[in-house]
Formats: sequence, C-alpha cells, structure tokens
Amino acid sequence: MIRKVTTHINQNEGTIFERSRPGREGYKLAALDVEAADLAAIIDSKYLRDDDLAGLPEVSEVDVVRHFTRISTWNYAVDLGMYPLGSCTMKYNPKLNEKVSRFDGFASAHPYTPDEISQGNLKLMKVLEEALSEITGLAAVSLQPAAGAQGEMTGLMVIRKCLETRGNARKIVLVPDSATGTNPASAAICGYQVKTIKSGANGGVDIENLRQIVNEDVAALMLTNPSTLGMFEENIEEVCRILHDAGGFVYMDGANMNALVGVTRPGDLGVDVIHLNLHKTFSTPHGGGGPGAGPIAVTSELEQFLPFPRILEVSDGKGGKLFRVEYNCPQSVGRVRAFFGNFSVLVRALCYIVSLGPDGLREATETAVLNANYIAHHLQSDYEVGFHGKPLHEVIFSDKRQQKFGVHTIDIAKRLIDYGFHPMTVYFPLIVPGAMMIEPTESEGREELDLFIDAMRSIAREAEETPDLVKSAPHNTRIGRLDEAAAARKPILRWKPASAAAGQS
Amino acid sequence: MRYIPNSAPERESMLREMGLESVADLFKGIPEHLQLKRPLNLPPALSETETLSYFRNLAEDNTTHITGVRMSSFLGAGAYDHFIPTIIDTLISRSEFYTSYTPYQPEISQGTLQAIFEYQTMICELTGMDVSNASLYDGSTATAEAVLMAERVTGRTKVAIANNLHPEYHQVVDTYIRNAGITKVDLPYDEKTGAMTPESLAGLGEDIAAVIVQSPNFFGGVEELQKLADATHKIGALFVVVVAEAISLGLLQAPGKAGADIVCGEAQSFGIPISFGGSYCGFFACREKYQRQIPGRLVGLAQDEKGRGGYVLTLATREQHIRREKATSNICTNQGLYALMATIYLSTMGRRGMREVAEQNLQKTHFTASRISRLKGFSLKFTGQFFNEFVVTCPKPAEGILTALRQKKIIGGLDLSRFFPGMKNELLICVTETTTREEIDALIDELGQM
Repeated sequence: MIRKVTTHINQNEGTIFERSRPGREGYKLAALDVEAADLAAIIDSKYLRDDDLAGLPEVSEVDVVRHFTRISTWNYAVDLGMYPLGSCTMKYNPKLNEKVSRFDGFASAHPYTPDEISQGNLKLMKVLEEALSEITGLAAVSLQPAAGAQGEMTGLMVIRKCLETRGNARKIVLVPDSATGTNPASAAICGYQVKTIKSGANGGVDIENLRQIVNEDVAALMLTNPSTLGMFEENIEEVCRILHDAGGFVYMDGANMNALVGVTRPGDLGVDVIHLNLHKTFSTPHGGGGPGAGPIAVTSELEQFLPFPRILEVSDGKGGKLFRVEYNCPQSVGRVRAFFGNFSVLVRALCYIVSLGPDGLREATETAVLNANYIAHHLQSDYEVGFHGKPLHEVIFSDKRQQKFGVHTIDIAKRLIDYGFHPMTVYFPLIVPGAMMIEPTESEGREELDLFIDAMRSIAREAEETPDLVKSAPHNTRIGRLDEAAAARKPILRWKPASAAAGQS
Repeated sequence: MRYIPNSAPERESMLREMGLESVADLFKGIPEHLQLKRPLNLPPALSETETLSYFRNLAEDNTTHITGVRMSSFLGAGAYDHFIPTIIDTLISRSEFYTSYTPYQPEISQGTLQAIFEYQTMICELTGMDVSNASLYDGSTATAEAVLMAERVTGRTKVAIANNLHPEYHQVVDTYIRNAGITKVDLPYDEKTGAMTPESLAGLGEDIAAVIVQSPNFFGGVEELQKLADATHKIGALFVVVVAEAISLGLLQAPGKAGADIVCGEAQSFGIPISFGGSYCGFFACREKYQRQIPGRLVGLAQDEKGRGGYVLTLATREQHIRREKATSNICTNQGLYALMATIYLSTMGRRGMREVAEQNLQKTHFTASRISRLKGFSLKFTGQFFNEFVVTCPKPAEGILTALRQKKIIGGLDLSRFFPGMKNELLICVTETTTREEIDALIDELGQM
C-alpha cells in the first residue's frame, strides 16, 4: 500500500517563451538620472545588436511568478521527504543558513573591497578554515575550490607541485574501481595516468595488491573513506604507510565525511589531502545541481602549495589582530577560480558548524550512521546485501533477488517514486552489479524511515507477484520514463518557436 | 538537536531493535585506536538568536555595509552591482528548487530540467550560438574549459589569449593548463585604444588551437570581434569570446553573429548577488558542430512511451560518470540554482528590459567618464569605445586617491597597479544602473578636490 503520497491536481505549464505577448513587462527601472547622450555619439552602431533581442520573452511579473512556481511543483525536494541518494548526503538545509547568507554585508560585498573594510568577510573565511582544519585534523585549508570535483583537481595539483619540488612529479594516480567518475577525470586534468586498482574481497583496498603496485611512479592514491560501499577502510594506516614509504601521497575523497565528523579525523589516519563537500556534510543546499563548495585540507608540508590568495591573520600593530589577503604565494599551484570561491556557500557552512557545535556535529554523524544501519537491518530480508561488513552512513543492496522475476534496479528505483520517495543512487558503485545505494542521513525521523522500509518491502513483493507493475513504473508522475537514447541521438537542446522547430526536423 | 527528528529515547529504541547496545557498536568498523576520544575543539553550539547576532556582527564588520551608512562603490572588474528583481529570491527560495538534487530522475525533476532548458535557450539567444550547456562554476573556469575544449576540437596544444582578459581568468587558465600539455601565448592590446586589433594576432601560426578575447575587455572596452574572428579563422583556430559583464549582451552585438565559435563568461550580472565573489554562474555556448565536445551538463527534450514530452540530462557519454578519465571535463554538476536565477532575471527583464538596463549602464558610464575627463589632471587612458567601465589616468597614484575617497564613504574603483604594475596612476571605474546621480556627483566633486 502506498501510504506516503496521493496524486493531486498539478498545473500544466509550457515554456516561458510561450507565455510571451508583445508589450508585457515584468520590471521597472528607475528613470535615467543623467542627461542622455545620443546613442550614436557614444557608441558606434556597428557594435550594436541587430536582432532586437527578439528571442527573449515579454512577460509580466505575475507571469514569471506563476511560471516558475508551477514548474517548481514538478520537483521532489528534501523539504518534502527522504532523499536517499547514496554518497550525495541529502540532509536538511537549515533555514537559518539561508537567512544569514543573505545579510547585506555578505551578499552585497564586492570581492575587491579593500581588506581593512572587509574584515567581517575575511574573518568569516578564516574561522571556517580553522573549523574545517580541526574537523579534518589537517593543518591548512583552502576554501577556493567551487565544488567537490574542483577540490579533487586542486588537491592533486598540490600533490603534484610538492612532488615537482622534490624533483619528480611522477606519472600515476591510483584510483580504486569503486571510486566516483570525477576521481579519474580530475587526475587526468592534472596530467596523471589513472591506474584502476581492484577492491579487495571486503570492498576495501587489497593491501597485498597495493604493496605490489606502489612504486616511485605513483604520485598518489585517491581513496574514498568510508568507501562508496559505506565502509571504513580498516587498513587505512597501512595504506598510508605504503604510499608514504614509496614517497607518494594519500588523497582522500571526503564525499562521505558525514560518517566521520567528530568520530575520527582523516589527518590522524595519515591522509595528506582531503576535499570536503560543504553541500553534503555541512548542510548547504544542492540547489538542483549547485552551487556547492569543495574546500581542501592539507598537511603542513603541503600548505605552501595551496591556491592563492590565502587569508592571513596578522597583528594590527596596536595589540589587536586583523585579517589580510595574501596574493604573494610563490609556491602556490595557482588560482582555480576567480575571487575567493563560493563565498555564499561558505557562510552557510559556517552557520551550520556554529549552530551545531562539537556535540551537535557528533550527534549528526551518529544519527546518520544509526539511520543507515536501521535500514540495512530491516531490508536485508528482502534485498541482497551488496557487500557484507559494517556499514556506516550508507548501505548497498543489489537487485540479485528481483532479477529472477525480470525486475531490475532501475525498475525498483522508478517504482519508489510512486511510493513518494526519491530513488536511491543506482548502478553505483560499479563493482556491485545492479547496486542500490541508500543514504538516509540524520535528517530522517523514524516514521519516514519506516515508510521507506515499508515501500521497499512492498516493492519486493510486487516484483515477485506483479513484476509488470514495477517494470512499467512510475505510474503516478506527470510523465513516464523518457527515452534518453532517442534524446541523445538527435539532441534538441533549446526551445524554438513552433514554426522554426518544424522547419528544423 | 533541532535538525535531527529522532529524540535520544527514539534512537535508543532503534538501537535495541537492531540488537545493539550503544552507539559505539555502530562504529565498530573503525578501529578503536583511530577514533577521536575527545570532542572536537570548536566553540559550543549557539542558539538561533546567538547565531543570528554572531553573523550580524560579522556582516557589519564589513564597514562598507554598516546599517545606515552604506558606502557607494565604483568597483566592477568581473563582479557587478546590478538591480535584482525581488521575485528572484522569492522563487529560488521555494524548497522544490533549492533543496533538490541534480535532476538524475527526470520524472520528479521536471521543474529543474525545464528551467535549465529555458536557460540554455536564453543563453543561445543572447550569445548568438547554437548550443549552451547547463552552466559551469563561473566565468573564470568557463574560460579555462574553453581552452581545454579548443585543444580537443583542434588537436592543437597552444592557445593565444588577449592581455586584456580579466587577469584572474588568466590566472585560472594558467592553473588548468599547467599539467594538461597546453601552452599559452599572451596577445598584446593596442596601447592607445586598450583593445585588440588584428595586428595583435600577427605572427600566430597554425599551431594555435584558439584565440581568446574578452569583450567588453577588462578595461571596459568593446572589441571589434568580426575582424579578430576573421584573423583567427585564417589560421584555423577557434575564436573564443569571453563576456565577463553579461549585461552588455543587452546592447552589444551577439558574439555568435561576429564569428565566435565558443562564447563563455560570467552570468553574475543576471540577478545574482555580488556576494564577495561567489557563488556565480559560468555560461558556455558553442556552435552545433562542437556540441559533443562541450563540457558540463546538457538538458534536452525527450518523450515517454505515451508520447508525452519532457526534459532529460543528455549526451552524458561526454561526462565523467561514464567516461571517467576520458571525459570532456571533470565537472560533475552545474550551478543549477544560479542558472535558475539568471533565467528568472532574463524572463523578468525580458526583451525590452535587457535593452533598457544595458543602455542605462552605457549612458551613466559615459556621463561619468566625460565629467571625469574634464577634471584638471584626469584623463581617459584609452580612446576606444567602452560599455560600463573605463580607465582613468589620475594626476597621482590611484592608491592615495582611493584612500582619500574612502574617508568620504566612496570606494572609487580598482587600482589597476594590482594587476598591471605599470599602471600606478590608473583607476578602473564601473558605473551601472544602480549608481545614482548623487553618487556620481559626489565622486566627481571629491576627485575635483584631489
């Protein structure tokens, strides 16, 4: 039985372009308050547009509000309920974070405002750097990377720069077969060959294999910990020792830090560099795909190679402190983004940290792990466990038992939509065929977890008794499964008026 | 803790149900000696009221924005203060937009997907290109991605970049290409006009993957794109146009109509708060023949079994989650919410609003420039045409002038010696539609007394 949702009236809405009517307007600017010059006198007409911007709509404010409100209702969202995407950490986004990030002093500040009148913003970044340094157990932090993938790239550049100063940048970055696709892609941008290493029987690093592979050509190992199987790398110290003994580094992908904050610190484990996804662990919103932020934390040895500029806390000469932006960082890998990074995301992350404090951060970690284990406990009778072990914040099942009824992971995921849930992460990690990766986070109460468990069990029964119902899901959405293959063969990537669109195909 | 629904007793009972005794049992997978035995050394949790005042104090430590005494600012240089329609924040504050994930499950993500499809359409219209992606981090990284894409398309490993491209964009490109086997040549701008000329490209050969030009350039000058495009195409390179001030597209010729192969840049001016430099929204558009080499997400039209139309993420075989180290970029997602802000902005302003706001920028900037150029000792450094920024040569070092202006609650622009050591006396001044006549008059008065 579907308990969480019921279908209800849902507005249809075309594109904003179809709402356009000549003469409508949605804005009002102040009248020009300087004497207007003849346009031709201040700019040569050859530089001007000749299309009258005909492709932009003409709509009223009401049109805009109706349009975007209507299409918004077609989205699922964390504020509607559990969003169990594994490794994505779809936790609650506190409203207080949103409010403070909009304070005028933050939202209206220009990045080139002189340091002495930007002390609040510089201090905010310094305080966040220090908090992330304490949380990761690493000496120094750069807040500049705009997202996790950029953090990965930056972290590897830091490692590369350090190796170069030692005389040999080396050639290879090791990436486990369970890793996310951004890991090898980021290594490639840094000029490294990627060597995939097979996971051991327990889903972790195969130590003997690692020992044989690591040599003076290996620059680093990129390790997600807990792994994408949700399990802690038990041999992490040995892994780090092997890399370090061979003069290499350990890069930790911090996508799964929600399992570790306050419980263990990567720096204490021997990790050299980590990136954090502030939009995962530190509750900043995903925004339908961004913006996020991917700060990196590094050991003291690597600090000099961090992107410039750095924020320094210096004496003001009068017994006080002040914050200064330092651009002269001769050993730096360079800049990875203009200005200071995704500052508005940084404000939200710090707001989360000060709101929770050390106890709240640990409580969040413990509850996230409890919730994942609760789901693991209650679903193992109906679904095949992906890997046996002690899962932390996420748990992996597979479609092995449902396959014999012709039902696959994608079908289970789509049927979950009918039950009112966003699907889990599917077919990832690649090492578990038909993987279903579930991460509930700490933000779910017991009722929501129980509803999810009931839904999954019910789908398991349906797979057995009425498999076609599952295979043709979802049934209660505005649209059914879209033909993605056809869409990619002949891509239509922009709207065109009906007349133009007809002529095009 | 108010962000955790389950109370401590509820959590206890869940543990018991699973046959566990304590929370510690949950962490048995982490070797005991590796577990942190102390609380994190962070300040204790603040209440909601305390948190608000903590951040209010930080916000007001930026003395530019003390309540009631906001300073006027003539800073631009890649981050612009523009009017932001109220409804943008109202609409993006809908939980369905800002608390959703990347639209991997199209059946329940049509809102985000349709908004991106509309965004892609508007970017194509503004730039005059065929295909726009779903957005990148910002203008600087979009420029770096254009360099990498040009290398993929042409197989050539050298790029030529105008010296009047935003210096921080240059720096980001330097970082991205350092290990990618790509080298960079800097192209000089004309000393008199501050703009590029076909002569700037002289000497470039057929080993060049792309010529990259910013318009309006870092000095605010408008580039003559078609001539540069022709010179670029003669050597078989891609012509990349970077637009850091996107409002200019409301008035200036679409780069796609002037020979550009890739147009990328910064969409911050489209309703996104200036926010100390981020988060922003990089846009990226190209000709259709290159669409399979484009970095980042793309949204396309699709149909379900019953023939109902909808939107999906498409051409995913370019991307890292499929292609891993052979992907067109390591980027994972787009700037979803900020692309939405730009879409709402462009919808609200529409065809006429975009023209009007761009013209206001042009008029006010030229008004200000002409007044300053009449002040004794001050002159415009360049003779070229400009949009909403211009360079002023001052009678003494810009640094001292800015310091003096700050005493009068004016941030008078950017001291260009920060990036161009030879320009000690030069100020980059930006005027937008939000700059009031009063603020312009005050700046002129103060400069007149220097």
